[in-house]
Amino acid sequence: MKIHEYQAKEILKENGVPIQDGFVVENEADIESTIDKVAKEFKCSQFVVKAQIHAGGRGLGGGVKFCPDKSSAIEKSKEILGMTLKTHQTGPEGQLVRKIYITEALDIEKEYYVAITLDRTQSKHVIMASSEGGVDIEEVAAKNPEKIIKVWVDPNLGFQANQARQLAFRLGFEGDSFKQAVKIFKSLYKAYEVTDASIAEINPLVLTEQGNVIALDAKFNFDSNALYRQKDVAGLRDTHEEDPTEVEADEFNLNYIKLDGNVGCMVNGAGLAMATMDIIKLKGGEPANFLDVGGGANVETVKNGFRIILSDKNVKAVLINIFGGIVRCDRVANGIIQAVSELDLSVPVVVRLAGTNAEEAKALLENSGVSIIPAESLEEAATKVVEVVT
Amino acid sequence: MSILVNKDSKIIVQGITGSEGSFHAEQCLAYGNNVVGGVTPGKGGQKALDGKVPVFNTCFEARQQVAANVSLIFVPPAFAADAILEAADAGIELVVCITEGIPVADMAKVYTYLQSTNTRLIGPNCPGLLTPDEAKVGIMPGFIAKKGSVGVISKSGTLTYEAVHQLCQVGLGQTTCVGIGGDPVIGTKMADLLALFENDPETEAIVMIGEIGGSMEIEAAHFVKNNVTKPVIGFIAGQTAPPGRRMGHAGAIVSGADESADAKKAIMAECGIVVVDSPADIGATVKKSLAKVTV
Repeated sequence: MKIHEYQAKEILKENGVPIQDGFVVENEADIESTIDKVAKEFKCSQFVVKAQIHAGGRGLGGGVKFCPDKSSAIEKSKEILGMTLKTHQTGPEGQLVRKIYITEALDIEKEYYVAITLDRTQSKHVIMASSEGGVDIEEVAAKNPEKIIKVWVDPNLGFQANQARQLAFRLGFEGDSFKQAVKIFKSLYKAYEVTDASIAEINPLVLTEQGNVIALDAKFNFDSNALYRQKDVAGLRDTHEEDPTEVEADEFNLNYIKLDGNVGCMVNGAGLAMATMDIIKLKGGEPANFLDVGGGANVETVKNGFRIILSDKNVKAVLINIFGGIVRCDRVANGIIQAVSELDLSVPVVVRLAGTNAEEAKALLENSGVSIIPAESLEEAATKVVEVVT
Repeated sequence: MSILVNKDSKIIVQGITGSEGSFHAEQCLAYGNNVVGGVTPGKGGQKALDGKVPVFNTCFEARQQVAANVSLIFVPPAFAADAILEAADAGIELVVCITEGIPVADMAKVYTYLQSTNTRLIGPNCPGLLTPDEAKVGIMPGFIAKKGSVGVISKSGTLTYEAVHQLCQVGLGQTTCVGIGGDPVIGTKMADLLALFENDPETEAIVMIGEIGGSMEIEAAHFVKNNVTKPVIGFIAGQTAPPGRRMGHAGAIVSGADESADAKKAIMAECGIVVVDSPADIGATVKKSLAKVTV
């Protein structure tokens, strides 16, 4: 799960990381009073207005503006609030800016990068830091991997003081800003740990001309598996930032991801669902979605699955691929028969059922009179569904 | 021969009195497994599965009283990490955790702790293991598999069934099928199992089914290059998955260029693995590879 910058910074602040602070505005009417509030609260006369959307690359897309005075802050706030911001992560359709974050402006001496995530290779947490902050870290990693310092944390021991010192020394911090950096690294790890974050990133972490170390921008993602024990974090979810169909699917406990093609798929199991998309593509088609109906492929899930797949107007055919292990194919077949007859489908449906009670399922589908295209194997199913759309 | 589980495995089921646990324990028993008991805290002394097996309060009791050496876990996600640790502390040698949805931070702690024990963990979020005609420790449907010479390693559930089904259709049985799980932190990685299959005299070929995300397939590929003499046939699911999106499995997310299907396939091929592009070609390709070996 993703959150906005201002929410990520709240988490940092609560855990003792100094942030470039500000307030959020959702209505144009509140812009001026909020700028006054920022000026008063943080004793500043210059501001930064930042679009709050989940996608990265906001600055390059024109969603982050420095404002040297109040009147320009008002102007830029009006411009950014309500704009459709396009970045390399939003896709060409862009993302509507519903919230802006108006913050104090800082005099920046130097920018750094620091982030914590899980290193899957070692099953340990890794802290990555670089003196090349404020830029795309993937690019630094590709071009100058030696500029990224890594420290691994034993999850049972936690982050050690010597590790925080090592990071601060190697990044070149000195004197009082060294002490600040050490404290920030410890606080960042604490924030990562107590919130069950999957990524906690400060980019950039800045050293100001006054010698203070401050988080200028922050990104937190969270482990969905841990949300049951992170009620506060779960409350930060902003469904406006997600695809509405995916949000609806989530409510039905279906795992759906929209893609750009025209062949809808409904599959049980994530691996088989990906493999089904892959074979559609190999046969010359384009999958319209990922949809894992999980272990309980019954009438309701099949019906909801159809509804969600067909809400995408690009879909010209649907492939159902169910490998029944625990799930009985005859039950799935009944689900398909009922769903197809109730929903009055306008696109062809190719059905491949294998595994437990597959023979009974085939007989049921044949005798039902509903119009579906049966297939024996994965190969045949993919070939047939691509044939009907081309 | 087989790896990890066989007809002599003495299996207990943690969470045997829950709906999932009791259903699957019954299925394992019906497959002919030696299910020697179950563990549910507070229900020790009762009987489960219609009076067929004893229930213990702790894994320690189960270890002492029925000499269990394999534990199958169906405990809900909030308590599953603790259940794995309990089994390890009781000295159970193989722990298979089916539970889906365990917080990653919990599993990182468990994984690190297990390095100091003699316990091997399979999973979590996996379908478990199946040694055809001998032992079914997990939720794989027994009837789809048959005894034979191919070892199967997979991150997925139903895609494993698909591969096993294809193998049987071309007349190839399996030594052992292992679902390792689709989470970012899992107990046993592909390379560990490749080593076991390489040393198993009855395994003649190995199927390795991976997916996008992480670098386990790449580590496994290097292991194959340096240590495996038997043919390895590989498939990577998620060639069409967009970067940055989690495809169902918590671990199936492309977060860097080298985690994509294409990058993994290229390295696997360089390391001598026969990589299939289509998931429908797994069975036929294994058959072809074995034919080459015997010629």
